[in-house]
Amino acid sequence: MDILLGSIQWNEILMGGDPLIVGSQIAIGLTMLGILAGLTFFKKWSWLWREWLTTVDHKRIGIMYILAGVLMFFRGGMDGILMKVQTLTPEEKFLNAQHYNEIFTTHGVIMILFMAMPFLIGLMNVVIPLQIGARDVAFPQLNALSFWLFFVGAMLFNISFVIGGSPDAGWTAYFPLAGKEFSPGIGNNYYAVAIQIAGIGTLMTGINFIVTILKMRAKGMTLLKMPMFSWTSLITSIIIVAAFPIFTVALALMTFDRIFGTHFFTISGGGMDMMWVNLFWLWGHPEVYIVVLPAFGMFSEVIATFSRKSLFGYKSMVGSIVGIAFLSMLVWVHHFFTMGAGPAVNSIFSITTMMIAIPTGVKMFNWLFTMRKGRIQFTTAMLWALAFVPNFVIGGVTGVMLAMGAADYQYHNTLFLVAHFHYVLIPGVVFAVFAGLYYWWPKMFGHMLNEKLGKIHFWFFVIGFNLTFMPMFFLGLKGAVRRSYTFSVESGFAPLFLVSGIGAFILAIGFGAFCYNIYWSARYADRNISNDPWDARTLEWATATPVQHYNFAKVPEVKSLDAFWHMKKNKVSLDISEDELEEIHMPSNSGQPIIMASIIGVAGFFLVFEWKIAALIAAVGILVGLIVRSFDYNDGYHVHIDEIKKTESKWRKVTKGVNNNVG
Amino acid sequence: MSANVNTSLPLEYQTEQSRLNILGFWIFLGAEIVLFATLFATYSVLKARYAGGPTPNDLFEIKGILTETILLLTSSFTCGLAIFEMRRNNRNGLVAWMIVTLLLGAGFVFMEITEFINYVHEGATMQTSAFLSSFFVLLGTHGLHVSMGIGWATMIIIQLIRRGLTPTTARKTFIIGLYWHFLDVVWIFIFTFVYLARMVG
Repeated sequence: MDILLGSIQWNEILMGGDPLIVGSQIAIGLTMLGILAGLTFFKKWSWLWREWLTTVDHKRIGIMYILAGVLMFFRGGMDGILMKVQTLTPEEKFLNAQHYNEIFTTHGVIMILFMAMPFLIGLMNVVIPLQIGARDVAFPQLNALSFWLFFVGAMLFNISFVIGGSPDAGWTAYFPLAGKEFSPGIGNNYYAVAIQIAGIGTLMTGINFIVTILKMRAKGMTLLKMPMFSWTSLITSIIIVAAFPIFTVALALMTFDRIFGTHFFTISGGGMDMMWVNLFWLWGHPEVYIVVLPAFGMFSEVIATFSRKSLFGYKSMVGSIVGIAFLSMLVWVHHFFTMGAGPAVNSIFSITTMMIAIPTGVKMFNWLFTMRKGRIQFTTAMLWALAFVPNFVIGGVTGVMLAMGAADYQYHNTLFLVAHFHYVLIPGVVFAVFAGLYYWWPKMFGHMLNEKLGKIHFWFFVIGFNLTFMPMFFLGLKGAVRRSYTFSVESGFAPLFLVSGIGAFILAIGFGAFCYNIYWSARYADRNISNDPWDARTLEWATATPVQHYNFAKVPEVKSLDAFWHMKKNKVSLDISEDELEEIHMPSNSGQPIIMASIIGVAGFFLVFEWKIAALIAAVGILVGLIVRSFDYNDGYHVHIDEIKKTESKWRKVTKGVNNNVG
Repeated sequence: MSANVNTSLPLEYQTEQSRLNILGFWIFLGAEIVLFATLFATYSVLKARYAGGPTPNDLFEIKGILTETILLLTSSFTCGLAIFEMRRNNRNGLVAWMIVTLLLGAGFVFMEITEFINYVHEGATMQTSAFLSSFFVLLGTHGLHVSMGIGWATMIIIQLIRRGLTPTTARKTFIIGLYWHFLDVVWIFIFTFVYLARMVG
């Protein structure tokens, strides 16, 4: 047993003692049982397997990503609320220091990697093939594997707090703290292994979308006639391929250090702890742009649609995102100006960092000029885009303040920094995700999200957000350090912390309104909507809503930017005559991705617990999976013309009787 | 995927899906370059941190390393011959040269493992010092890639024998060829920066 278990003992596995954790264990157990019983009772197992778990359809994979994103938002949000409760009053005893460390660590990891990423990649999955006029991504089965690897990684990370203990060294997991010497438990093994699994999935997504966007665009859609969201997704995918392997290596080295006793980042044996910080941010800074660029793309689509105008300065937008992508690789040292690299190095990285404000500023003005003289419709999606502009500018301007190496010695490690990056990431990413979800929801589900509930969601969320994070700027300037689990009465921080805590609850109500909106709209929203409910501009609206599984019976030919808008203006009919129809080749569903990802998850779990032999046995399973895939010659199937005729006549007829365009 | 066979192109490029796969694999190799670049950077940061353990001068012996290099470089040449036979539509020649390639690759892996075992016997393990950690992980990653390549190519040889040369098997062979040459390029960097530069210095 000792060989199998290594140094980890059974009694370390299930966490106990803390009522919050025991409560969660029971809640998780009961929920799992409830889901299993429900699926069995309603005889939904084979439906679930056939329609969802084995699907390779980019739209369904996207929906699963988004669903996982909502769940992870809830988990990460709970972590945030717990932190805010702990700092509501001075010397609060709600959480102890260790528990607080675990919670801010998981909050950071989950919000960036398991909330922002799946939301964005999910929307990319749903929208990009439609927007460029393709029938699926380049590698549909790989796409499913990407999703399942992400999902397995996220689940592995999430079970940490009930089985074995959460990582507690911050989402940046700096050495030497994150090393075995100072964090002897298995919490940080979860960090190293779970993120690795999810990260490999993300890397595959990057490759998949580069090939899809470069090779599968509709006829006539040259790169400079491509919608802005497709552009930002392309650039994001390129950054993923350029940056994620660095993190793959960094995490692997961390795993070696923690589990196999090597000396990459340790104090002893000649290791160098600052190398982790460098490698982490060499990935970590581009990661910020990986999440924010697709969000910029979504804002571009939403703002153009609801201003009833073409995007202003399209080419300068493209230039800006390419510039941002390039600069994103050259700024990583600004995360640790205080490391002691010296004034020359710090100055160079200060300048590169400030340079990022230039292309970002160009984008800001382009959005404003897009709205200028436009006939703006204040839909919920547009409200998110409008709120994004001033809020993100606050995040950006404080970012330029932080970019000054000398001044950074003042701000470093305070709540000012925390406020800054929340002002960047929440308006930049979360607002965009909400805008995108309200905008593309009908495309996915065939009904709109309720606009009235949407506006409640919007106002609570935006007010709550500002109330939570604005005080943190001032707390930081007064000297409140980040990641500190409590503060004294004498510090004088109490009033601002209280305001910030109240803000967090208002924020939570906003998120609750969103979840209720999903539920309400799924039950009661009008299904009788047009295929183009927003009177939109791009190709994803030039087919049925919700989309038939083959996307387009005949891929439209693109003649200009905003192709669908010009088709409508020039009265180009979408109707197709029956003799134009051809059989459509589609990929078959496959159980391999989910099985493969599960085996990798099991191997990862064993590795977390340092059961090396068990992990090795599971790794053999991975090899078997690869061999099976190599011999798999399933070449997909053809959709017959009769089926296409039937599907097409259904939505084309309905559209003529419906007129519920917004605005 | 199977539709639209364009017979004017080389066999491996004839279907749409093949063209996508080959481009995708090139991009994957781009990611691999970043991965190995990070490992090289790690090595160059840690290469003089011996922590009282053995140094390159104590460990490296040029004879074995040169043999490994010759084996791997030759295997790249035979891999090129295999693709040449594929272009001539000679399935048997292709399979024969692929087998020669894999045997040379296996010889390389065998010699590398022997070299590692020798180091461990001399008390130089990956736990000894930062230099050795980075050495073993960089070379181990490359060696693991070669070993995976041998397994992968074996699958493809079986498929070539069973199915003959089709657009699909040709594409798979072409892609493993790209992979094999890539690993050769990485080895040239390892040979130069890990071994040679440390032995003259």
